[in-house]
Amino acid sequence: MNLLELKDISKIYGNVKALQDINLEVSQGEWLSIMGPSGSGKSTMMNIIGCMDKPSNGSVILDGADISKESARGLTDIRRDKIGLIFQQFHLISYLTALENVMVAQYYHSMPDEKEALEALDRVGLGERAKHLPSQLSGGEQQRVCIARALINYPMLILADEPTGNLDEANESIVLDIFKQMHADGRTIIVVTHDPEVALQAQRTVVLEHGKVARIINNEQDTGR
Amino acid sequence: MFWRMISGALFRQKGKMLMIAFTVALGASLATAMLDVMLDVGDKVNQELKTYGANINVMPKGASLLDDLYGVEEGAGVSNQYLKEEELGRIKTIFWAFNIVDFAPYLDANVDVQLHSNAGSVTAASGTSTETSVSSGGSTSSGGSANVASGTAGVELVGTWFSHHLELPTGESLDTGIKNMKSWWDVSGEWPRDDQPTSALVGSILASQKGIDVGDTLTASTQGRQQDFTVVGIFNAGGEEDEQVYVPLLAVQQLTGRAGLVSSVEVSALTTPDNELSRRAAQNPKSLSIKEWETWYCTAYVSAISYQIEEVITDSVAKPIRQVAESEGAILEKTQLLMLLITVLSLVGAALGISNLITASVMERSREIGLLKALGAHNLPISWLVLAEILITAVVGGVAGYFAGIGFAQIIGHSVFGSAIDVKPMVIPLVAVLIFVVTLAGSIPSIRLLLRLRPAEVLHGR
Ligand SMILES: Nc1ncnc2c1ncn2[C@@H]1O[C@H](COP(=O)(O)OP(=O)(O)OP(=O)(O)O)[C@@H](O)[C@H]1O
Ligand SMILES: [Mg+2]
Repeated sequence: MNLLELKDISKIYGNVKALQDINLEVSQGEWLSIMGPSGSGKSTMMNIIGCMDKPSNGSVILDGADISKESARGLTDIRRDKIGLIFQQFHLISYLTALENVMVAQYYHSMPDEKEALEALDRVGLGERAKHLPSQLSGGEQQRVCIARALINYPMLILADEPTGNLDEANESIVLDIFKQMHADGRTIIVVTHDPEVALQAQRTVVLEHGKVARIINNEQDTGR
Repeated sequence: MFWRMISGALFRQKGKMLMIAFTVALGASLATAMLDVMLDVGDKVNQELKTYGANINVMPKGASLLDDLYGVEEGAGVSNQYLKEEELGRIKTIFWAFNIVDFAPYLDANVDVQLHSNAGSVTAASGTSTETSVSSGGSTSSGGSANVASGTAGVELVGTWFSHHLELPTGESLDTGIKNMKSWWDVSGEWPRDDQPTSALVGSILASQKGIDVGDTLTASTQGRQQDFTVVGIFNAGGEEDEQVYVPLLAVQQLTGRAGLVSSVEVSALTTPDNELSRRAAQNPKSLSIKEWETWYCTAYVSAISYQIEEVITDSVAKPIRQVAESEGAILEKTQLLMLLITVLSLVGAALGISNLITASVMERSREIGLLKALGAHNLPISWLVLAEILITAVVGGVAGYFAGIGFAQIIGHSVFGSAIDVKPMVIPLVAVLIFVVTLAGSIPSIRLLLRLRPAEVLHGR
């Protein structure tokens, strides 16, 4: 069953065609990576899937509902209930501790639950650093807080735009391990990356060029699995 | 969580918040100082202005009528109606007794005056006659020959209280008279004493015209009676009084055979500036409703005090001396208007400053706000969050500013009025409301910014 369907999606900024006639289906529990040169429209596509932007044309079916006609308010609710966002720049709130940053997501979703938030930090290996401010954490640790925050409300779809772009190899592999765990737990994951190593972890890789899908690579076949 | 986010924002971004609090404090302190001074300045300016003259003139009914009809100065020849000296103490028993600062009766007479200077030479001080009358300098009473000179233009002899000791019907006592009331009179020599009925204070114009000096003796005569006075002082009042001679009331009463009578009373009172109610009341107290009448009666308007004086002095008409009373009100209104303007301007300034600071802070935090939106926060809760932060900061600034403002008010009080300013509790809610409104108004641009902000644009993920 498809969790996400993009049908003839276009996004036009003035005379820039950021996306043109994108068609894509993502099934429940799939791990998909998106690659492509800079400016090819990867982030634009993620913003549309993540309900932070609307396509100029076409429709987006998420969990059986067309979200491309939703109001800004409706999109906010869908984002809150169904999507977990992981950013390249982490976007932690600088004056809140790691724990509080996770709890913010709970607060706007339903109810802050300190115990649950602490467990989420534990799962990404940061139980000990719960009371630290982002400025007291390394980049890799901050990204793990960001992941814990994205996971805390059990989203059906996890979107990560260059999650390892700011990390060294050691941290990259820690983060990838967490992604593997998420995948094993049955989450649907879409990851934008420049790194072929990261892309290879996914089941399929979508390559964008000039706002169009250039090709779709089935990694499992290629690696002979 | 809401409070954790707020306390996090407040405590971990102290610098920015302190700047906002400081701006609020500045506005609050100015507003507090100005409002405190404004509310207190009524009394202060009145106290200042009081020294420039009496507020109310009390006359017998008939004399007042003539005065109204012909605009003639009330004098011995114009009216034969008088007030009773024994009733004057009652002025200090009216509802606003404590606002009566001083009062003094007047009884005047047109007299001929003969001067016996210390040097021994004798001159006719009044009229054109230079005939030398036969009398020896310093004698209490000389022969009738001085009266021969009568028919010449008279000198106005005014009987009054200088510093008269008065036992009140209430059992209290006080000293009152023109020595206090006319504190700006420039007297060389001494003020006469009420218990020395033969001492006289001579106006400077008369004194220089006739060459009268301190220590000289004057013989005043009228209607066949005469009395010698010793000049104890020369005064300069800067008005028509400078052509008159002031002596103790008793002396004029005896000289003119009007024992126990006075022709007018001047009352100096602290008054509340006139407003619409008092102006209506002044025209016709009966036009007021009972409630209005009570309000008017129990407020120290000059018309209310006048009314109360008429109630206690038989057959009297008490009238505000308009120029003075009105200019007091006008000056007061202007002063208060000025302060109101300063208050408004300072608040507008504070609002602009606050608005700039908050907008800058929201812009700086646009990524954070975008993130909250990305996490699923709606506009309203985010607006509350930002507003709550700002309002808490404003409360801190406002409280600090309030106390600083009380300090400013005292500095203004001491440097302008030479006395402390009363701190009015009613200023607290006023300043609170003002700060609240100003802070909210200052937050409007930043809230609009916040509402327009789209998460995809600030999170740079693209
Ligand atoms: N808000 C916008 N207004 C105008 N043009 C935009 C806007 N957002 C993106 N674009 C344009 O759309 C195109 C695709 O941008 P996008 O951010 O999706 O690229 P990307 O594949 O994420 O690139 P990168 O790998 O550098 O992150 C670019 O040419 C970009 O300039
Ligand atoms: Mg991008």
